[in-house]
This record gives sequence, C-alpha cells and structure tokens, in this order.
Amino acid sequence: MTYLLRRLITFPLVMLGVSVLVFVAIRLVPGDSITAMLGTEAGLLTPQQKQALAAYFGLDQSWLVQYGRWLLGVLSADLGLSVTYGKPVLDVILQRFPLTLELACLSMVVAIGIGLPLGVFAATRRERGSDLAVRIFAMIGQSTPSFVIGLMIIYVLSAGFGILPAMGQFIPFSEDPLGNIGQLILPALTLGLSFTASVTRISRSAMLDVLSDDYVRTARSKGATRRRVIWRHALPNALIPVVTLSGVEFGYLLGGAVLVEQIFALPGLGRMVLDAILQRDYALVQGSVLFVALNFMIVNLLVDLAYVMLDPRIRLGGRS
Amino acid sequence: MKPGMTRRLLACAAVVAGLVGASVAPAAAATLKMAWAQDATGLDPHKQTAFSSIRLLELVYEPLVRLNGDLKVVPALATEWTFAPDARTLTFKLDPKAKFHNGQPVTAADVKASFTRILDQATGAVARANYASIASIDTPDDHTVVFNLSQPDVPLLTAMGSVNAAILPASEIAAGKIGTAAVGSGPFKLESWEPNAREVLKANADWAGGKVGVDGIDIKVLPDENAILAALRAKQVDFALLNDPLVATLVPKVAGLTLNRKPVLSYHVLQLNPSRKPMTELAVRQAISCAIDRKDVLDTALLGEGEITGPLTMPQYRSDPKTLFCYSRDLAKARKLMADAGYANGFSATVIAATGEPPTAAAEAQVIQSQLKEIGIKLDIKLMELNVYVDTWLKGDFDMAVALNGGRADPYSMYNRYWTKAGNLQKVANYIDDTLDDLMQKGRVETDPAKRKDIFSAFDKHLAEVSPWIWLYTGYAYTAQQQNVQGFVPTPDGSLFGLSAVSLK
Repeated sequence: MTYLLRRLITFPLVMLGVSVLVFVAIRLVPGDSITAMLGTEAGLLTPQQKQALAAYFGLDQSWLVQYGRWLLGVLSADLGLSVTYGKPVLDVILQRFPLTLELACLSMVVAIGIGLPLGVFAATRRERGSDLAVRIFAMIGQSTPSFVIGLMIIYVLSAGFGILPAMGQFIPFSEDPLGNIGQLILPALTLGLSFTASVTRISRSAMLDVLSDDYVRTARSKGATRRRVIWRHALPNALIPVVTLSGVEFGYLLGGAVLVEQIFALPGLGRMVLDAILQRDYALVQGSVLFVALNFMIVNLLVDLAYVMLDPRIRLGGRS
Repeated sequence: MKPGMTRRLLACAAVVAGLVGASVAPAAAATLKMAWAQDATGLDPHKQTAFSSIRLLELVYEPLVRLNGDLKVVPALATEWTFAPDARTLTFKLDPKAKFHNGQPVTAADVKASFTRILDQATGAVARANYASIASIDTPDDHTVVFNLSQPDVPLLTAMGSVNAAILPASEIAAGKIGTAAVGSGPFKLESWEPNAREVLKANADWAGGKVGVDGIDIKVLPDENAILAALRAKQVDFALLNDPLVATLVPKVAGLTLNRKPVLSYHVLQLNPSRKPMTELAVRQAISCAIDRKDVLDTALLGEGEITGPLTMPQYRSDPKTLFCYSRDLAKARKLMADAGYANGFSATVIAATGEPPTAAAEAQVIQSQLKEIGIKLDIKLMELNVYVDTWLKGDFDMAVALNGGRADPYSMYNRYWTKAGNLQKVANYIDDTLDDLMQKGRVETDPAKRKDIFSAFDKHLAEVSPWIWLYTGYAYTAQQQNVQGFVPTPDGSLFGLSAVSLK
C-alpha cells in the first residue's frame, strides 16, 4: 500500500518533467505553426500579417509565459485548443484513443496467444527440429519491419482477392462488432507478429531456465505429469520476464503505432501525434505526449503489481 | 464436428464476413467515394494555401470568377465583368440566383466584406499581395461591385479566380465564424470534417451553377498512396487524388481503373543563390544550366512523367524549351564558361532538399549532383524535414535548393514575388535585374492579350538566359477513377471543381 502511494506521488513529478521536455523539444525544431500552415507562401506575409498570425497561434508570448499558461490549464484538465481540429485537445485525444486502445489489446492477444505457447513448446523440445523451426520463425518475425508485413497483407488481399479492411475511419465495436473486428484484425496481426517473435524468444529462454531448476526435478520425481510440471509448476515462474516485456510493449502501443496506422489508414493516436508534429500543433503535441506518458506510467505500475501475484516471494517497496 | 471446432469456424467466418462486408458494402448509390493522402489543414479560404486545403475549399466556396480547363477566366459568382481601358477599374455583375449555404443571397455587400477582410492585415491572408492594388470598393447596387485600383493591374482578374478570394457571407465575417463553420456558395456543403481522417460533402441543391451530378462526396484520408491504390483495386474508392508518380503509373495496369494525367503549373527547379559566390557570376550560373541534362533528371527522378519547361509553365505562355538558353546539354560550353569565370577547377557548394516534398526531391538532387560533378562542381546534399526546409528557404540561407514551386495562371502573379524589385520573395531569389523588372511592369498594365504574350515571351527567354534558377520540368496532376465515374475534367491548376459535373453510372 505504501509502495502504491509512493508510486502515485511520483506521477505528478514525472509528468512535470515530461511537460517541460515536450514543451521545449517541439519549439526547438525549426519552423512554427505559421510556416507549417503556409509553407513557402509564408514569405509573402507583411510584418503586420505575421504579427496577427503569431497572436492567433499564441506565438507572440515568451516561452515562459506560454508554458505557464499551458501548465495552469493542464492543472484544471484543460490541455488547450488544437489549432488543426479547432477543438479542445482532450476531446481530440479521447476521440482517437479507443481505436489505439483496442488495437493495442488485440495485438497483445495475438502476441501472447501465439508467442507464449510457441515459446513453451520450443523450450520443451530443446535443440530438436521443431525448436529450430520456432526459433527461425521468431527471428524472421522480429527482423521483418511491420510496414513490410502490412503492405504485403494489403497487396495480397487487394490484388489477389479484391478485398480490404475498411480504411480511413474507425468503426466502433459498439456500433458494428463485425465491422470493427474486420477492420482491426489485420492491423493487429501486423503489429502483433513482430511482438509475437519477442514473446516467443523470451518465454522460450525463461522456460529453459526454469525447467532446469531443482523444484521442477522434484515435481517430476514425485510423479507429476509432464503437462502439470510445465503448465502448473514451471510456467508461472517463467512468466515474469514475459510480463515485463509485455508491459513495456503495451505502454508503447498505447502511444499509437504510427506505421501500422499510416498503412491501414487508421485514425489512431500515433498518426494524430505525427500530423500534429508536422503541422506544429503545439497544444496537441504537448497534450498527447502527456497523455501517453500517463498511460505508460499506469501500465508500468500494473506490471509491478502483477509481479506480486505471479511470485508471492516478491514484495514491492524493497521489504521482504 | 466438435462443438469447439464449430465455434472456431464460425468465428473465422465472422471475421472474413467482416472483411468482405467492410470492403464491398456500398455507400448511398450516388455518393462519390474519394480518397487522398493529404488532408486539408483548415477551413478559412482566405488563409489556406496548402494544395489539399484549396482542393477541398473550392468545392465549398466560390470566388467571383473561375479558371476553366484551359485556364481561361469564366463566370462563377459574377456573370460578367469589364476592365476600364486604363485597367484601373474592374466592374463585376453578380449572378442574382447565387445563394450561400445558409440560404442568404450573395450580394455586393458580401463581396465588399470579403475583400475588406482579405486586405485587412490582421486577417493574415497570404493572398493579400495579389489584391494589394485594390484601393476602394464601390457597391452601386446589390448586384454590382466596382473595384477601384491604385495602379493598372490586369493580372488582378485572373488572381480573383482563386478560392483565396472566395466570397463569404458578410454576416459570418462579422460574427467571426470564418474557419470554424464553412458557409460558402459552392456546389457542395461541408457536412462534417474530421481532420486527417475524413470529410463528408453534400450536394448543394440550390447551387446557382446548375445541378450537381452526385448526391455527395465522402472523402477518406489514406496517408499511404499504396493503400489508395489497394482501395481502388478493392473498389472501396471511386475516385482518388494521387501525388506519387511511382504509384500513379501503376493505375493503368489495373483493369477497370483510369488514370487522368494533366500537366500542372508548378515546376521543379534548381534554385541558385546569385548572392553567394561563385553563383554571383553569370558565366557560372550559365555553366550550370548548360551542364544539366534536364531530360535525364526527368527520366531518372520522375520516371519521365513530366515535360521539360522554361520559367513560364501556363499553356498559353509556355515556350518551346528548345528555343531557350542551353536547354540541350552542352558540356564543352559549360566547361568553357566555368574557365572564363575563373573556376576551371570547379568549386564546392551545398544543395538543400526537403524529404518527401516532392517525393522526387532527393533523387533530383542526386542526379544533379552527378551531372555537375562533370564540370568540377562538388555538391553536398542536405536533406531536411519540410518545415526546416521552408524555414531555411525563406531566409534564403542556401547555395542551391531543389524545389517544387507553385505556379499561377498569370505570369505576373506567378513571378512578381521573385523577379520584381519590390517582390516579397526577393530575399529568396536574391537577384535583381532591370530587364526582368521592366518586362513585369509592362505585363502588369498591358490589356491586349497578344502584346502581353510578346512581353512575357521576352521575359521567359531572358530569365532562362541569366539563369538565377535552372528550370527543369513540370510534372502531372494525377487522378484515378473507376469506370462508373463520368464527366471529370482535370485542369492544370489541379482543381477538383470538375467533381461538380461528375456523375456515377
């Protein structure tokens, strides 16, 4: 409990650090909202016009004043107004987040649903042909970029079968469950496949470690079945590194998968942040990075809590 | 069959049905399903300059006049217009049938309010420079507008054919709603806009221009053009705008798809900086012009998908490139010019290019690098993110720049920013030439089309000869469509206004 409280107290401090970093970083990049909107035509503006536009985009104040204003807003849950969308930043983020969350969850299901059994399977058949096959699959999966897999899937489906998942707009599950799954299954497979490879590799090596432990030998000598030894005794202890990896990966996925969203034209958080950076929509970049950082911290906290459930010997907060 | 297996099969069938259903479920029969890779960046027609924004807004808003497929001025909100012989007064008669989407009629007061907004520096309208000669606006009656000009300005009429000079309701301007709501008078009403994802347009049944051929347009933003091609193949999309020639040239290979190619006004150019040594020397600039094989750059970087051009790219002013200075590669002449200027051993310089804008920029820079190496010029290519490039370009902080610059229907509007002494982009061009300035001023006041053509022909020739920049070629505007889409007429300015006449078979 104390540990949980201590972690929760650090949240605002980390967020403050993130807010300073993102605020400064986006402003250090050359170009601003005016050149992003007008391109080279910005050169045609008169000084008065430039001034008027700078005031419109809030660029006429010093960085300190801009940051102070923004931070005050954030404290009252007002992340500012997106100049691209003409809407409050929080509304834009919350509109994009369901897709990203669902895609991240589906990718995790794909990765763990395929990767974990494969890793366990390979570990129990160490150095046999089937183990080698799984390792080769894992190596290929890990070294193939997701955009290659995505483009190949799109090409094969459209050129070979004349079908494609719906692109361009998100179909919420609550409105059309079938359409929703049809739209997200291929991006989730694309995204999940390389992660599957990581899960396979890490669960295989963790299982190999555990299978050579004394307690496994003891369980076997006491007559436990092979299946029981693997799934009941060995696997829970091999899950710790898998949970760590999944937590980190899930945290990343909640920030949006830019390439997959780009290829499958899914309006998720990743593409939104990319567009916001290109269009120098400062409020949107700042707000969404804060949102992603918060998600990441929450997921990490959950991962820490999961350790305790998996291995009762672990006590959080340094006491045992 | 085991119950578990049945459930699994059913689940698979459901997913496949979802995929197929998602791909073939038709929208309303007469709604055009369209895709493009880049979305509009805003709804204020006076402020937007991005290509995609203009393409969307010209379906919703209308200027007084419009440019047709041959870039000739044709009626839009105005049915007729007259220039006074001294080109200092321009009078328009408005279409009495014209109405805004909110049902209000379009009147002279709206025209006056719109131009007052454009000319107001506080608006930040980039196109203001094109209308700066307007001294005052009279509205003798509801359907007549008289623009009084501070100096003769013949190109003003063509400049008014842009959606940057769209007429907005005076009431919306007064309410400060421009940019948040889109109330125009054009063939389509903007029903919804989700930036970088989707926009829905509905046909305007009261459009004064006639009956719109479709019920509406559903535009999806598919940021990867390969995905657009896939969507065309899967018949998810009826009509698409393409930018990448590598993707566009694949369209004709797909059965049932048609590719429309139209030479555009924008031009690919190697900008030299004549304020930096040794580009200060005429002979060096000319040597670069002679050393560049434009056809080779075009074939290598753009797959030959374009046409070699001089400075003027509009069909009615475009000259035969063969008549321009050193448009056939002449290495011997280039080497002699370099030697004459005292650079027989060449020199080193940096060329800037934007990543992905245009998609061919890096390839162009590389071909030019290898060609100029043959006369001893060592080019260092500096690739930059677009915003960084724009910032550097606007400061004129480069030796050379690979650029794709926008064109205009009138030579004066296109080039006065660079090649007149008072040009707003003089610090980008970094080159002042009395002859060019003189010819531009003559072109601005001349009302006789034949004489204007002669003036700008001389301008074209002289500009190519003094070579502050090396003009390369113009590309094509690409649109792809299914066979059921009929009646689309592409224009050299890339306008999609032709969609108002499109019907679905």
